Amino acid sequence: MEARTSKPLLDEQFSDLYRSHLRDVYSYAYYRVGNHHDAEDITEQTFLQAYRHFERARRESDGRPLRPWLIRIAHNLAANHYRDRSRRPQTNLEDATRLSAVHATEDVVEGREELAAILDGVAALPGDRRDALIMRFALDMDNREIARALGRSEGATKVLIHRAIRQLESSLKAGDGHE
Amino acid sequence: MSDLERRLRFALAPVEPPLALTDRFERTLTELTDAAAEELADWELRAMRDPRNWVRPAAALLVGGVAGGTLIVVQARQRQRRRRPRGLRGLERRVRDTAGSAMKAVRR
Repeated sequence: MEARTSKPLLDEQFSDLYRSHLRDVYSYAYYRVGNHHDAEDITEQTFLQAYRHFERARRESDGRPLRPWLIRIAHNLAANHYRDRSRRPQTNLEDATRLSAVHATEDVVEGREELAAILDGVAALPGDRRDALIMRFALDMDNREIARALGRSEGATKVLIHRAIRQLESSLKAGDGHE
Repeated sequence: MSDLERRLRFALAPVEPPLALTDRFERTLTELTDAAAEELADWELRAMRDPRNWVRPAAALLVGGVAGGTLIVVQARQRQRRRRPRGLRGLERRVRDTAGSAMKAVRR
């Protein structure tokens, strides 16, 4: 039988997890839902769920990073968010706010349309392809981490990302990704 | 890295969460923890209204009562022993008591 970690130590470890991955969870949620308000809700709910199951997750992780687990929680919450409220991802709202908040002003002025086309193209991809690209490029997760977050094999994840990039490339060339 | 991948990395730059989010999370977590503690306390009180849940506390009370009673008896005996004089003073007191009893018997 494994020894249980003391509550103060567990809380301290959870605080470290929170500090280390708050930006990742928020970025993922933001690119999934397309607005700050819902991204905040999903981020908060993700960490509340993580807090409830933290001890068990730590025990079962065998020392592996917990980031994929956190992102998987956010991923499921984002899916429920649309299901519960019959919403679709808001791909082109807050464009001005989003682009100016995330990117430096001079870059935005130069490539504003291109950025919007890419973001819309990503948002228009099928669910897992879109999510894999967000994890790869916004969170800089490797194939193994993405595989764990999506509950797939590493091989399947590599193929998924490859196909997502090809599809996005085609849609951008055809002008489908941007209205 | 292809040109599209570079553009993707740029387009999907990490987003900084608002500072207020951490305060909000801490507040929610504290409220939930407090609510859970209250819920647990209520549950314990409710559980105590059910006689089936009295066995353990009653047993604990019984054991505690017996232990308390035993303690009182032990302490009383210790006090009694402390009050009983020993040595010459004790002998003197016992002789005086015996003489007193004999005098009472003679007077009767």
